[in-house]
Amino acid sequence: MAKDLTLELKFRDPARARALADAMQRNLDAIGREVSVMHVCGSHEQAIARFGLRAVLPPQLRLIMGPGCPVCVTDGPEVDEAVALAQGGAHVCTYGDMLRLPGTSRSLADAQADGARVHVVYSVAQAVDVARAHPADEVVFMASGFETTAVATAAVALGELPANFSILSVHKYVPAAMEVVSRSKASAIEGFLAAGHAAIITGHALFEPFAARTGAPVVVAGFEPLDILAAIVKLTDLIREGRPEVFNAYPRCVSREGNLPAQQVLWKVFQPRAGTWRGIGEVPDGNLDLRPEWAHLDARRRLEPDVSGVRDDAAAGLERDCLCGPIMLGLAAPHDCPLFGRACVPEAPVGACMVSSEGTCRIWHTYGGAPDLRRVEGRAAGRG
Amino acid sequence: MEKPGAKIGLKHGSGGRAMRQLIEDVFLELASPVDGIGLAALDDGAALRVGDQWLVVTTDSHVVHPIFFPGGDIGRLSVSGTVNDLAMMGATEPLGLTCAVVLEDGFPLADLVRVRDSLKATALEAGAPFVTGDTKVMGKGELDGIVLNTTGVALTRRVVSDAGLRAGDALIITGHVGDHGMAVMSRRHDLGLQGDLRSDVAPLNGLVRAALLAGGDDVVAMKDPTRGGVSGALHEMAAKGKVGIVVEEAQVPVRDQVRAACDMLGIDPLLVANEGKAVIGVRAASVERVLAALRAHPLGRDAAVFGHAIAERPGSVILDTGLGRRLLTEPEGELLPRIC
Repeated sequence: MAKDLTLELKFRDPARARALADAMQRNLDAIGREVSVMHVCGSHEQAIARFGLRAVLPPQLRLIMGPGCPVCVTDGPEVDEAVALAQGGAHVCTYGDMLRLPGTSRSLADAQADGARVHVVYSVAQAVDVARAHPADEVVFMASGFETTAVATAAVALGELPANFSILSVHKYVPAAMEVVSRSKASAIEGFLAAGHAAIITGHALFEPFAARTGAPVVVAGFEPLDILAAIVKLTDLIREGRPEVFNAYPRCVSREGNLPAQQVLWKVFQPRAGTWRGIGEVPDGNLDLRPEWAHLDARRRLEPDVSGVRDDAAAGLERDCLCGPIMLGLAAPHDCPLFGRACVPEAPVGACMVSSEGTCRIWHTYGGAPDLRRVEGRAAGRG
Repeated sequence: MEKPGAKIGLKHGSGGRAMRQLIEDVFLELASPVDGIGLAALDDGAALRVGDQWLVVTTDSHVVHPIFFPGGDIGRLSVSGTVNDLAMMGATEPLGLTCAVVLEDGFPLADLVRVRDSLKATALEAGAPFVTGDTKVMGKGELDGIVLNTTGVALTRRVVSDAGLRAGDALIITGHVGDHGMAVMSRRHDLGLQGDLRSDVAPLNGLVRAALLAGGDDVVAMKDPTRGGVSGALHEMAAKGKVGIVVEEAQVPVRDQVRAACDMLGIDPLLVANEGKAVIGVRAASVERVLAALRAHPLGRDAAVFGHAIAERPGSVILDTGLGRRLLTEPEGELLPRIC
């Protein structure tokens, strides 16, 4: 308890938050126009929404959540593969968020309700346990997440595994999506906050060619409220000064080179491939596939899922109105969607962004959305 | 209104938006005009004019599972729930309570005696005599153990509704938030949490009497934050009073062990049920007097001013986190069914 309290005092100090907000305002006043910046991480959005940080940002600054939820960007046809494997008799293990993620016609939860053997696991090791418990059956781990989670999958792939275990990789690589967003003229993003936990592995030097090429500065940010506010101040510094550079605002965890042994493990098992991200489209190098040397572990090569019975490319009903794609590209906010909070709620999600606890819509729904509270009287007289 | 084939779900008993919708769609039909506060007000109870006084009536059924939990049991809960609903309307001296019990075939007699002893002890504590009752038994599997209903009646000269807030009023919470819900949840799901998670279930009429004596007419609105937690109570008070409410998160008293359990489960303590707390709206001039009176009472030692009403954004509850501001959501479905 005592240690947590120290941390809270250090990273949740209201006086420091106000000073950072003032610094941001000075930067935006100096820039003299509206500025849009993007973060690409569900954990950042959770902290921003939980602590109501948008209410202290300068009115000229738009802070947008981009494609920062690995579950949300997993495409319908990828879910179809898992559903086809489950309906074909394999055990499919996956993280809880993936269960209700819609495929083109059904989700793993639908398949489970019809009797398919779908297991929710908390780690890849648990999926291996399921394989050991069912030696006569094929057991597939549907592996989702960004490069952080992919390292854990890779580490297990390098170990001793039962012969009936394979991996359906839907892992995604974030830096690839930042490229796509930065090229989208419509979103006009002038700077990025990079996710601190991913950068622990990749290192921040990774973003240097990106910043140089796109002209958009990148600041690596931690996850406490003051981490995020300080990173935004730095990002607006760089935008004001016209410096497309990379700055590490999370030095207590992130280094320039990153975790080299983890990178070795990751690239020994996975290789990047172009793939379609839900709502965003083709992302060059956006998906992480198992390398050919690991074909025996690759569920796609080994079990060749036949999706003909589950694929349905005609989006039906409510999904036609779903704005998840524009939301993930930063072109729309959840409140722009006619379904948000009405036909689409956490108990009955329509779009991917409401399914996952890392999705923009789900987070906004949980924390009261993002109404403009900047001008509401915040404090009682004589307080604060 | 309702879709054909629609069925009741657990969320309709959660004290949140779904339950309010059900009551408005189905039961409001039963309301008829009365001299006082009737069903249409959807308050904690009714207040009917009798001479120059008000007869306050409230009723409550209890289905908590498990029936014995750390800090209390279904007996203490059902006396406290009814006494507190009376107190929230300003009626702190119950004339009498009823006790109707529905039992399942096979329910242990020893447990029933234990519940009876708890009913008796809590009624004594509240100064609320049992005056009549009813007993029914249903077949095995037709209900889960026991359902307890209590009704209470009391007279008062002044009724406090939950609609009385005006911009500028202060909001007081009479102690730590979230104790009951987390104690029941931890016991039910065997979370194996360390630390002492105990329900706060208690009759509050003595505490509320102290607040009313100190604040008089400046105590303008009261609500016990049971199902739906403090957030649910504040949303009702904001909607009925047509005011906005700002909550200062840092001022909300939460025990360390409750906060730790909530963090672990990803639950906001402001959405967790309480059974021994009141949210009290007080005109600014009397805040310190009422706060001092509450803190002088054993059940109000940790009372704190944690928010205030504003004219803007009527019906909304804004959470000031110290670092920023956001809307506090109203509980939707069941955080935990059968909490009381």
